Amino acid sequence: MADTGNNDAFVAFERVQKSYDGETLVVKDLNLTLPKGEFLTMLGPSGSGKTTCLMMLAGFETATHGEIKLDGVSINNIPPHKRGIGMVFQNYALFPHMTIAENLSFPLEVRKIGKSDREAKVKRALEMVEMGAFGGRRPSQLSGGQQQRVALARALVFEPELVLMDEPLGALDKQLREKMQFEITHLAHNLGITTVYVTHDQTEALTMSDRVAVFNDGRIQQIAPPDELYESPKNSFVAQFIGENNTLEGRVKEIKNGIAVVQLDNGDLIDAKPVNVEKPGDRTLISIRPERVEFNRDRLKPDAHTLKAEVLEFIYMGDIFRTRLRVAGSDEFIIKTRNAPDQRRLQPGEQIEIGWLPEDCRALDAPQV
Amino acid sequence: MSDSTHTGPMLAADGTPLKRSLRRALRAQKMRALALIAPLLIFVLLTFIAPIVDMLFRSVENQIVGNTLPMTVEELRDWDATEVPDEQVFRALFFDLFLAAEAKEHTKLGSRLNYEKSGISSLFRTSGRDMNDIGEVFQDALEEIDPAFEEASTWVEMMSGGARAEPNARLMSNQIARLEALEATTFSGDAEFLPGAAISDILPNTARAYAAFAAFTQFVDGKSVTKEEPWEAVYAALALDLEDPATKTAIASYAGPGADNLRQAAAATLPPIAMRDAFFESNKDWANVTFWETIKTYSPPYTTGYFLNAVDMEKTPQGIALRSEDERIYGILFQRTMFMSLMITFSCVALGYPVAWILANLPTRTANLLMILVLLPFWTSLLVRTSAWKVMLQQQGVINDVLVWLGLVADESRLVMINNQFGTIVAMTHILLPFMILPMYSVMQTIPPSYLRAAKSLGANNWTAFWRVYFPQSVPGIGAGSILVFILAIGYYITPEIVGGTTGTFISNRIAYHISSSLNWGLAAALGTILLAVVLILYWAYDKIVGIDNVKLG
Repeated sequence: MADTGNNDAFVAFERVQKSYDGETLVVKDLNLTLPKGEFLTMLGPSGSGKTTCLMMLAGFETATHGEIKLDGVSINNIPPHKRGIGMVFQNYALFPHMTIAENLSFPLEVRKIGKSDREAKVKRALEMVEMGAFGGRRPSQLSGGQQQRVALARALVFEPELVLMDEPLGALDKQLREKMQFEITHLAHNLGITTVYVTHDQTEALTMSDRVAVFNDGRIQQIAPPDELYESPKNSFVAQFIGENNTLEGRVKEIKNGIAVVQLDNGDLIDAKPVNVEKPGDRTLISIRPERVEFNRDRLKPDAHTLKAEVLEFIYMGDIFRTRLRVAGSDEFIIKTRNAPDQRRLQPGEQIEIGWLPEDCRALDAPQV
Repeated sequence: MSDSTHTGPMLAADGTPLKRSLRRALRAQKMRALALIAPLLIFVLLTFIAPIVDMLFRSVENQIVGNTLPMTVEELRDWDATEVPDEQVFRALFFDLFLAAEAKEHTKLGSRLNYEKSGISSLFRTSGRDMNDIGEVFQDALEEIDPAFEEASTWVEMMSGGARAEPNARLMSNQIARLEALEATTFSGDAEFLPGAAISDILPNTARAYAAFAAFTQFVDGKSVTKEEPWEAVYAALALDLEDPATKTAIASYAGPGADNLRQAAAATLPPIAMRDAFFESNKDWANVTFWETIKTYSPPYTTGYFLNAVDMEKTPQGIALRSEDERIYGILFQRTMFMSLMITFSCVALGYPVAWILANLPTRTANLLMILVLLPFWTSLLVRTSAWKVMLQQQGVINDVLVWLGLVADESRLVMINNQFGTIVAMTHILLPFMILPMYSVMQTIPPSYLRAAKSLGANNWTAFWRVYFPQSVPGIGAGSILVFILAIGYYITPEIVGGTTGTFISNRIAYHISSSLNWGLAAALGTILLAVVLILYWAYDKIVGIDNVKLG
């Protein structure tokens, strides 16, 4: 997508294609640049081509077409061990027959760094991930989270400028994962390392990244900072993939003053911000985040369109309330409200009216059937 | 409520100690598990453990000398082994050998001792035949003095001391036990004849010889002692007893049955008893002191002789010594077996490792297909495979033909590749290769490709990544395969037998020879025991060096 032409791009994919079998493209015409120091996440469902991209960058897969550049130099023909890219693997890939210190020392040894230097660097790297006391242990004696830290330290110990991470937190439990997300981001930013991070967990992508590239079907669907991605998805795939989302189908009735009036399939009218619809008559999928739906008529503009809704289910979730509604023939319309003292708790069976600010609701391309 | 305040053993809810109730709870489970493995356990015990124990026992067992020549062994105890034993020993030998010859056991003893000293076999064989002739002299003389000695009934009555005499049951049971040991069997039923206590005192040798005769007649021949004329040895024993003036005095006052006949015999002049000369006449080798040394050396019931033999040593009167150089074969054979087994193991590793690596890195479907090729040899008879190598490697064989055709080898100097070590190593490497590939493959399959990738991403080139990261993790597979191949190779028999010629044979071929041809089972057992010990020692060494928990079959 448009993101080319940046001359001081540290990493650049230029028109990269990849096919394994010569019949289908796993990666279709990928263009992507990364400035130095950025934390980029490749997010997408399985089989979307994100890991393939990472492997091509690491050198374990060759691009079928196109060029991959690191710091302005094409690395297509450079073997992986000469690329100097640190990598953290999904299962950590800590060498089981070496101790933690030996694992960390390995990249320094192959670089022929002297013994005392090596020991100092290993010590520093282990302390950086708070694993200083574990140098003599074997990987099998560590917990998943500890192994994760060691893998991170090993990828960083030889001071690479680019670090790749392939779903590194996939095997950890939720709490540990959140803690590690935080730590990885801090480390990457503090050390000023350029990071390419692959995950299929969108929360992870949103919380960690400077920018997120959403992959689907071998293409980048959107590449943007997390807030933009969440609040302004460019197409229905991104909208549905990132965060929870309510969708309703309809046809554009008119577009004026930057607001599209959409006629839903049951005839109701509603306001939305046109994103990739062009003219009245277009099929569209409107998308609204559950927390942006408003059922208090006072908070809406007087002339705003509203929809009738029936409360089906009220779920108490602690910090928020989650209410399922029947709206315009859909039983899966969700609204989220904050658990506050003055917050109203909707009762099942209640008939309410819902609406939203036009800029919160996005009229996107209708999904391909 | 809480057990934590309790200082004694932990108690279960019902107050029984926790350990006991745990044991009880697990007992049913354990019994079920035991029942499941019981068939195999019994099978293994009967077909594997028991034969091994028997083999270990055979390698030291040497009861045949003591069982066959018990009195001679006794007499030889104080013999100083400097010159040919005296008359006493030969007399004991006469009675021992007479009984052995009757039981046809003397040739077995001959073959046993022949392992240690060649020539002894014929000594025993020929002299065994002469025992009757030596005894017959006395039989003839006694029968001439009193024809009643021809009668079986005279003897039975005389030796039993009459119907109401006190019997000497111990003498009889000793003779039966001796016969049992000699025949390696057990007899059932009561003795028909019991020697009289009084007559046993007066004529100890006669009573013993007659008891042996009676036991043999009843239990071995299955005949009645009352109808059989005694052996010549009994007459000789009587002559021996009568040689003693004290016996003659005792007979004079004896009143039991046959007393008159005995008095008559005692009064007459009997031929002199010179067993030593009689034996020398039978076979001059009895005058050879080295044969006697051998008999004395191997007279104890257990011997280290087989083991010494198996390591090219021998027992001499001066102690244990190495055999003369031209008689040493087992040391060389053991060394050769070890060396060739190691060569075979190394060749298998060298050839198998790349194959296992490729198999482990191919997609499963292709790997399975290729795995069939690896396993294909298992579907062919071992003999066919080995014979195929004979066809391939012989001087007029396929490989030589091709080399000659290519002009690499002159027709008159075709390579000798069979009936030597080379042929054995080639054929056995081929046969044992699957045993190397399979464990290596299954271990390599468990090594994720991400390790190699990680190593490369950390800056290692292909070789370093392989050598420092992949190879150490595949060592358990190499270890398992090597142990498997080495242990199979060290005991291999059929292939070296067919393609080994004289220089390519293993110790197992020698063991087989001793089992089936020379029938020296004791030596075969000793060689087998040493082989077993070598394997166990190597296994132990492997455990010390590499660690046995480093062996994985997958």
